[in-house]
Amino acid sequence: MKPVAETMPDPAAEGVAALSARLDAAAQTRLGRSLALFHVPTGGCGGCERELVALEGVVYDLERFGLRFVTSPRRADVLLATGPLTANLQEALAQSYAAMAEPKWVVAIGDCAVDGGVFKGSYAVHGGVGVAVPVDLLVRGCPPPPMEILSGLLSLLAANGPRQVRPRRRLE
Amino acid sequence: MSSADIIRSAPVAACRPWPRYMVPTDQWLMLAPEDVSLHAFWADTAAVYALFTSGAGQILLASTAVRDGDYPALSPRFASAILPERMVQDLWGHRAMGGVDPRPWLDHGRWSVTHPLAPRHGPATGATEYAFRAIEDLMQIPVGPVLGHPAEPVHFRIHAAGEVAASVEARLGYAHKGTLLLMRGKSPRTAARFAARLSADATVAHSVAFARAAEAAMDIEPPPRAVMLRGVMAEAERIATHLGDLVAACGELPHLCGRLGWHREQVLRSAQVAFGHRMMMDCVVPGGLAGDILPEGATALRMVADGLAAELPNLVQGLGTLGAGIGIVPPASLEALVPVGLVARAAGCSVDARQNPGYPPYPAATPPTLPGADAAARLRLRLHEITISLDLLRDWLGSLPTGPVSQTLPNTGGEGIAVAESPRGAVWHWLRLDGGLIASAFAADPSWRLWPMQEAASAGALLADLTLIDRSFACARSGVDL
Ligand code: SF4
Repeated sequence: MKPVAETMPDPAAEGVAALSARLDAAAQTRLGRSLALFHVPTGGCGGCERELVALEGVVYDLERFGLRFVTSPRRADVLLATGPLTANLQEALAQSYAAMAEPKWVVAIGDCAVDGGVFKGSYAVHGGVGVAVPVDLLVRGCPPPPMEILSGLLSLLAANGPRQVRPRRRLE
Repeated sequence: MSSADIIRSAPVAACRPWPRYMVPTDQWLMLAPEDVSLHAFWADTAAVYALFTSGAGQILLASTAVRDGDYPALSPRFASAILPERMVQDLWGHRAMGGVDPRPWLDHGRWSVTHPLAPRHGPATGATEYAFRAIEDLMQIPVGPVLGHPAEPVHFRIHAAGEVAASVEARLGYAHKGTLLLMRGKSPRTAARFAARLSADATVAHSVAFARAAEAAMDIEPPPRAVMLRGVMAEAERIATHLGDLVAACGELPHLCGRLGWHREQVLRSAQVAFGHRMMMDCVVPGGLAGDILPEGATALRMVADGLAAELPNLVQGLGTLGAGIGIVPPASLEALVPVGLVARAAGCSVDARQNPGYPPYPAATPPTLPGADAAARLRLRLHEITISLDLLRDWLGSLPTGPVSQTLPNTGGEGIAVAESPRGAVWHWLRLDGGLIASAFAADPSWRLWPMQEAASAGALLADLTLIDRSFACARSGVDL
């Protein structure tokens, strides 16, 4: 099966190429550094999760940037959280974070994970993952398109040097 | 007296477009599944509500008053009431007398209150151990709610006998956000943002059902152009969600997976061009649409639709018989839980809310079905439904009526109920307005009935097949967690 038609102009393709070039430069200084990602759902509507899934697909192809999802927090460098942090998932988030080895980063993906989004103030929601774990990067949007998530992850990669313990700081 | 006659002889409360029958407690006890099917069950502060259909397919909305916190359970006779009765207990504190499963459902003991929708909340209880159904001497395998790979939260408790899953129990509630309370006291326009975030992969369908319920309550009609564009969005959503669900299911066929994912991305991008949002969130609002289709939108959607239509035969061939013979929904379970959506159509039942009860802009048609009731039928039917959605979408784009896409909303009171067929099946929204604001609302995703069907279809399956079975169902997590 081949693509039968390039059906519409593809603005994001240029963006992906530009990021790719940036990463190549960053990767050189880092000698093949890659990041292991660990997703923790924190109770969103599923929109942010769907866009994360898209990142793994052929169009965005996370792996070519040295980014891949792993199934154990012990092997993960970056925790990706999606959702306003429901009370029912707070413990799952805290446990996942605790199981990760230093250095570790946390990315809040989507308006919900940033500060609770539209669900702010509910009895069932803590209002953003920052309430429970230190957050290094915020990617806003409802949901943020895959390009913006990717762009955020790459800036995280570029801003944090080779593996070493570094003071935690907040990027935005 | 038949159950339908019991319901129809009760006093009537004004609800549009179907009246609500207020059934006395002693009569409620006599309702039985011989001639009515239970589609949805919910509550407000004073009563519990049940949406039935009669044998002839007539919609019967019924309620019964809650007295001293109690009402007679339907669950001993209607399997589709089991999960909702647990949800009603958690959210409103109404007790189902004689209910078959008293365990909490959405409430994991971690909220700042109990019975958040009751007039007086209870105090926080503290987290409790969940009592999974026990099977002695079998190994228990816990899976989720955190997997590492991107996925919505659910926990599966598998009882394994060697390589076989003797039983699979799903526990949900992790994504409970308190949506129903957040909707209360808001105008329908404002509350639509919450309806749109019940389940992202059915955001259009939930938004349409919510908007239609609000419009019914206010007794207004959205403009014809808005109605047809809602149809365009709903079918674009069905195509994108079916493609996404197929991607998730086809991991072992990487090439096919890549093609499906590529097409999904094109659909999402054309939705962005046409409606300003990849998933078309917040585009459908009570009274019509948030905005008209954008200038390049129809062209972008058509190009993507043509490209996908041309490749569909290849995709069908690539899918082959993946999932054949696994995850068969037992006929008794389908019957007891009342057939709904794609899962039922893939088991030979021609049910589809677009046809019955039906709503505009859908033309009359026979919903397609496949025999088998297995994962293969569910996956294949998705591709088949995409063909039909593509035809509808292209037809409508070529014949959009001119005129406005929204109308102003009156500040009236009233009660309304409406349905829309989501990619998974019928979503029902019910609400009551008081002075133009929401006094009470509920959203019934078909997954309330699909989860128990999935459990039934998973019992006896090989452990290695459970993921594919789960993905062939693709039940909502957030959509039932509320
Ligand atoms: S940010 Fe938006 S898309 Fe993401 S989980 Fe929250 S409501 Fe859903």
